[in-house]
Parts: sequence; C-alpha cells; structure tokens
Amino acid sequence: MRSSRHWGGASTGQKLAAAAGLAFLHLPVLVIVLYAFTTEDRTYQFPPPGLTLHWFEVAFARNDIWQAMRLSLVVASVATLVAILLGTLAAFAMARRPFRGKETITLLFVLPIALPGIITGLAMLAGIRAVGFEPGFWTIVAGHATFCLVIVYNNVVARLRRIPPSWVEASMDLGADGWQTFRHVLLPQIASALLAGGMLAFALSFDEIIVTLFTAGHQQTLPIWFYSELFRPRERPITNVVAVMVMFVTLVPILLAYYLTRPDEQSGNG
Amino acid sequence: MLLRSASSFLHGRNAFYVSLLLLPPLLWLGTVYLGSLFVLLSQSFYAIDEFTARVVPELTLKTYRQLVSQPANVDIVVRTVLMAVAVTIACGIIAFPVANYMARYAGPKLKAFFYVGVMLPMWTSYLVKVYAWRLILAKQGIVAWGFESTGTSAFLDRALATPVVGGPSLASSYIGMFIVFVYMWLPFMILPLAASLERVPASLLQASADLGARPGQTFRNVVLPLALPGLAAGSVFTFSLTLGDYIIPSVVGAPGYFIGMMVYQQQGTAGNLPLAAAFSVVPIILIALYLTLARRLGAFDAL
Repeated sequence: MRSSRHWGGASTGQKLAAAAGLAFLHLPVLVIVLYAFTTEDRTYQFPPPGLTLHWFEVAFARNDIWQAMRLSLVVASVATLVAILLGTLAAFAMARRPFRGKETITLLFVLPIALPGIITGLAMLAGIRAVGFEPGFWTIVAGHATFCLVIVYNNVVARLRRIPPSWVEASMDLGADGWQTFRHVLLPQIASALLAGGMLAFALSFDEIIVTLFTAGHQQTLPIWFYSELFRPRERPITNVVAVMVMFVTLVPILLAYYLTRPDEQSGNG
Repeated sequence: MLLRSASSFLHGRNAFYVSLLLLPPLLWLGTVYLGSLFVLLSQSFYAIDEFTARVVPELTLKTYRQLVSQPANVDIVVRTVLMAVAVTIACGIIAFPVANYMARYAGPKLKAFFYVGVMLPMWTSYLVKVYAWRLILAKQGIVAWGFESTGTSAFLDRALATPVVGGPSLASSYIGMFIVFVYMWLPFMILPLAASLERVPASLLQASADLGARPGQTFRNVVLPLALPGLAAGSVFTFSLTLGDYIIPSVVGAPGYFIGMMVYQQQGTAGNLPLAAAFSVVPIILIALYLTLARRLGAFDAL
C-alpha cells in the first residue's frame, strides 16, 4: 500500500522522465571522477584504456596547486566571515516590521546575485581602478563578500521570519534584557541557519571564477589556476585530479549546509 | 555590561535599532557594489581617444551608437538572446517532469533524495562541470562513443553537419554549448518549479478529474497556470545566467561571440572599457524588460 502510494499516480513515462532528468544532472560528476584515474594522458578517450592512481601522486607534489588551493581557502574564509557579519546584521534589521524604503533595500540585497556575475566583476574592476587600488587579495575578498553576504542574509532572514515575535516578547516580559534575549532565544534558533549560510558562502567563494577573474590582479586562486589550464591543456591528467579535489572541497560544506537546514529539522523546532 | 545596556536600550527604539543594524551592510553594498556599478555605468558614456586608445572622461553617446549601429555587435546581442530563450524553454521542458514527480508523487524519503540529487550537482564547482562537459562532448568523448557503440554515428554526423548550429565536434558547436547551458541552469529551474507545484492542492486535481477532464486537460488548465510563478522564477535564473555567462561560450563552443565574451575581451585585450561597459548594460536592460514582461503576464501575482 505504502509503496503503491509513492509510485502510484505517476505513469511509467513520468517516472522515467524524472529519473532521466536526475541522471543527466549527475553524468558530468561521475565522468570527472572516472577521468581522474585514467591512464590516457593526451586525449579524452572514452572508455579509459586503464585506471591508475599515479596522477594523484603527481598533483599532490605540485607546489603551484597547493599555493592556489591555500589562497582560495584563505579568501573563502575571510569572505565568509565578512559575509556572516554583514548578512546577519542585515537579516536582523529586515526581519522586523516594515519601514520606509524596505522594498528598495530588499532589492539592493538581491541585486548582487540577480545581475550576471560579469557585471559585478567588471563593475568591481572599474571601481577598484577608479579609487586607485591595486587588484589583489583584498579586492578578491571584497568581491566575494558582496555576493556571499546575500547568501547568508537569505538563509538567516528566512529563519528569523519563522520565529514567532511572541517568543521575544515573552523573554522580555520574563525580565531578560535585549542581549539575554538574543543570546538565549534568538541565537539558538538561527544558529543552524547561520552555519548553513556560512557553509554555502564558503563553497560559493571557494569556487568563484566569473567575478574573480576581474578582481584578482596577479593572484591565482584555484579556479583561476583551473581556468588557465583549460586553455593550455598540457597537463590534462593533473587538471582531472584537481577537478576532483575542488569538487570534494565544495561538496563537504554543501552537504553540511543541507543537513543543517533540511525541512524536517525545522519542523522539529517549530 | 555595556553591550547589555546598549542592546536593551536599542530594543525599545525600533527605527534607531533598524538603522544601526542596517548601517554596516548598506555602507558595504553602497560603496563596494553600487559605487562600482555607478563607475561602470558612467564609463559607458565616456569617450575613447582614437589615437592613444585612452579613456577620456567626456560624456558621449558614441559608444552606444556604435553598439546599435554595427551589425557585428547587433549579431552578438541577437545570438546571446536566442541562446538564452532556447535554453530557458529547454530547461522548462526538462525540469517539469522532474519537479512534478518530486513535488507530487515522491514519498518523503524519495523526495529528500530528489532534493539532494538536484542540489548537489547545482552546487558542484561550476568550472569542474564545464570541464566535464568538454570531456563528454569531445571528439573521442562519451557521447561520440555512445553513438559509435550503438552504431548510430550517422545521426551525430548529420546533426553536426547542420549549418550554423553544427561544427567539427559537439565540443565546438552551438549544439554542444546549448547542452552545457541547459545542464548548468537546469537545477535553477527545477527547484522553484517544484516549490510552486508543491503548493498545488491535490483536491483541485481530483476535482478536475471528477468533472471529467482528461489528464492533459487538467495539466493545461489547472496545473500549468498554478505552476506559472515557479516557471517564471526559474526562467528569470536561466535567462539571466545565460545572458551574462562568458566561460561556457569560450570553453565549449562555436566561433561566434556572446555578450559576456565581448565584455571580457573589450575590457581586457581590446582595452575598450567604454564599449565593454556599454555591452554589460545590455543584459541589465534585457533582464529588466524580461521581468516587466513576466509581471505583465501575471507571473508574480501568486508569489
């Protein structure tokens, strides 16, 4: 009965179309993992003639990869911190009752991800040049923090809106001051949303290429290293290995973020 | 202690509290983001010295005139818009069965599986996915292998021989680029669509069937209108992301330029910042037009 309820209703065609759509989304991911182990080092031959772990060894010994990886990790950490700070402040302000100009400010908070990245990138470069800065580490961080703060803001504001205002009132009526209310009532409620927003922001920053190509100057983040390899395909096997590494680094925070915000956990709170 | 009294003090004063909270993020977005956008916009009105190729801060509409009067530039805009429209339509068609199944038929376990299954590839490294498609679409890649091992290479060859959209291999044709675009933005269509389909009450579908509507009629007259807000939200993503992308057309694709590539090239090697700025204004205008159109059609009424 149970299974017939789950599968019943949908025709075989519908099930097949849904499964095919899902499979399509996963095809490239599987391909990348497979190619990291191929023994063929010049073409994209499929199926691979043999499998080897050799390229991991070669890639791990490469200094330029580690340097780019380190820069990307540091940039993502700093950008995420800035984004958490600014995004949370914004969320606390916007989750409250309406005020004049709220619509305009909401628009401003979605603009950095609503407009194509190339516009953000070119605009930031124009801005950096206009004030006479040299593009480098801090300009990368500034660019990333701008769209990361939107991610944090969205996550936290969605959670804050689900907290009944009566909880805050009850806390204050029971004699808690503003800080205690924040610390003991609001913070535990938003903690997982905050963490999830931070994780997503980190993953987004670690992987960002479109804006970074404009703001990086001579710095080489891991995506920039990867991007330049795409046009100088001398070392395909190493590129394949780095692809798997990048995928792994972004996958962990994203899975964590999902488990922190999945619907049943939220309904458990409410 | 200071923090405590400050926060208690602030709680009672809503307007003051809100503006104090908003000050840092607004200051950031106002200077770093809006300030930069303003510089970019103003540069699109700047002149460029024809001899030194230097940007001169002298207001002119010459760059925009150049943008709309040169056939090559108009071609780039038309090509990008056509691709964005095609990708949006294809994403809608492929996303519908997935979203519909997720929202209406899958049990809780299966639904969670589908959500993770859509979100993971969506958040997987953008560049890695583009790279993976280059492997898949390459001359000796999986797609070619699939056609060959099933003895259907003639189909692939015929598709690649199509004028304009074909090319020497899938990895260097508009067909290949189209596939990659659809793949990349598909999750952005599935998720809002599934969210809007979940809000369609099952009783409405039953009522429609009870009143004698065939499944096709129920779909057209009940499900589709109610799913419109989700389709609209998803299409804004697919449309806007395709308009602005410059990596995919340069990694997988045919020789023709796209708006994003033109922006990137004009600010970089070509060194024509005003033209790059003017080109980057095109997607902003197109997205604004698209949003207005979607609103006119009532796509956001239910949101």
